[in-house]
Amino acid sequence: MSDNYVPSSKLGKWFNDRLPLLSLSAHLREYPTPKNLNYWWTFGGILTFCLITQIITGIVLAMHYVAHADLAFDSVEHIMRDVNYGWLIRYVHANGASMFFLAVYIHIFRALYYGSYKEPREVIWIIGMIIYLLMMMTAFMGYVLPWGQMSFWGATVITNLFSAIPLFGESITNWLWGGYAVDNPTLTRFFSLHYLLPFLILGLVILHIWALHVPGNNNPIGIDLKKPSKDTVPFHPYIVIKDIFALLLFLLVFAFFVFYSPNVLGHSDNYIEANPLVTPAHIVPEWYLLPFYAILRSVPDKLLGVVAMFASIFILVILPWLDTSKVRSAIFRPIYKQFYWILVLDVLVLGYMGAMPAEGLYLLIARVATAYYFIHFLIILPLLGNKEKTLPIPLSITEPVLGGAPKTSMVKKDKLN
Amino acid sequence: MSEKKKPKERRDFLFTASYAMGAVGVAAAVWPLVDQMNPDSSVKALASTEVDISSLEPGKSITVLWRGKPVFIKRRTQEEIAEARAVNIGDLKHPEKDEDRAKNPEWLVMLGICTHLGCVPLGDKGEYNGWFCPCHGSHYDTSGRIRKGPAPTNLEVPKYEFVNSNTIKIG
Repeated sequence: MSDNYVPSSKLGKWFNDRLPLLSLSAHLREYPTPKNLNYWWTFGGILTFCLITQIITGIVLAMHYVAHADLAFDSVEHIMRDVNYGWLIRYVHANGASMFFLAVYIHIFRALYYGSYKEPREVIWIIGMIIYLLMMMTAFMGYVLPWGQMSFWGATVITNLFSAIPLFGESITNWLWGGYAVDNPTLTRFFSLHYLLPFLILGLVILHIWALHVPGNNNPIGIDLKKPSKDTVPFHPYIVIKDIFALLLFLLVFAFFVFYSPNVLGHSDNYIEANPLVTPAHIVPEWYLLPFYAILRSVPDKLLGVVAMFASIFILVILPWLDTSKVRSAIFRPIYKQFYWILVLDVLVLGYMGAMPAEGLYLLIARVATAYYFIHFLIILPLLGNKEKTLPIPLSITEPVLGGAPKTSMVKKDKLN
Repeated sequence: MSEKKKPKERRDFLFTASYAMGAVGVAAAVWPLVDQMNPDSSVKALASTEVDISSLEPGKSITVLWRGKPVFIKRRTQEEIAEARAVNIGDLKHPEKDEDRAKNPEWLVMLGICTHLGCVPLGDKGEYNGWFCPCHGSHYDTSGRIRKGPAPTNLEVPKYEFVNSNTIKIG
């Protein structure tokens, strides 16, 4: 293991004794990884790539962008038309946000399917949820910066969520705005925070990976592994190569959006400069926030709608304690597997309803989907842990491959009932 | 250091007093960093706006900006006033008499900000012939009172006065 790693060169040894970076690098290379990880496990690497891309393109954009209510819109057009490759950098940044969320949703739903949030990985999961929350804040504030109509009215609606707080609502919104409405002070502070938060995310990503390296990766069959053993492979080169291949496939999708339909994920109203006197007929957030927007709108009461929206995120944080099943992977949970896919469908339906006007049948469907979302986490998961008859779990990754079907006699007793 | 239960000492008092003093110091240092985000003097200075309303015909309305917010000034027709005043107060989600909202019944002055999440409602729309917010579907009547939808309260009436018969001062 890397704990007793000794650099081969004298200089390396001298340096490593003073700052063990080479030991860290050796740990990362040798890190024992389950050998059955499938392509759903490549999204951690893809997400790291997305974060670095957003930070680099963002730093470059900030060299040309002007955070002022009178100048911001024009400076974005200046980036698009005048700055060398400005169009490319901005389109990569704008679509990169969408790609980031696409990857994070796959990453989260992979964890839900394979039970990666369960003991002993609760802290990894909670840090991940904090990262997700910071990502949403960062994306929201970034969307405000071009100061188009959707920027302005999106900012107005989201900051007004806080006006639902009893007693202090108005002072809090005035404090957030630095005025009595969304205006220049709001824009400048959003720019400052939009620049700051990605670095906080980067720090949390390091903690996320650190926490991951304590118990090691979960795996598709969700069993504890002896490490290192026949069931593991070193991270380098096996996982590195697989991650890079998956990243290249992901980049094909990324490049398709950037080069062939760079505005399809945005909203055309954001090419109209912000106007505090006219609200666009149909305000929608970016696609990745639509399910939460649908939950907000499906509750007819202002305060309760805001509470429901925040609860839908908070409920994910406490998920490790809501899911009472000891079996991690959905492969061995035939009933959970069905509820899992219903949840996926439910979230997609919520997303679609969030994009539709909140009336008539749309509103009714959104309400049913909202109710089901909470039922899944608060009722189905806690009950299912005791009721469900799970399938026999193999003792190791190699066993089903080399020894045919898992022998019932070899499976741990507590996993059978 | 012994692990036994220690009796309360004078030193504990010193610790507590030091922590308390430290907390006060941190709070005093943090407050300017928090308060700088509140509306500044230049924003507060734009406290009032005067509007010329001489050209407004009955049934028409104008929207002006006051403190960065839209304000609706509507010259109501007799039918609209009658409709607003005929409403049974008990039916309202946020009971307010039209007489209290419009000092001069012909002139309705209110913030053009939906009390739900801050969009600008559209005029002459909705099921109550008043305003309709396109964002989340709140309907307001001809007095700007919430009648249907998620908004919790009526459109807010700001402080205003008639400087003379042609000018309204908002704020």
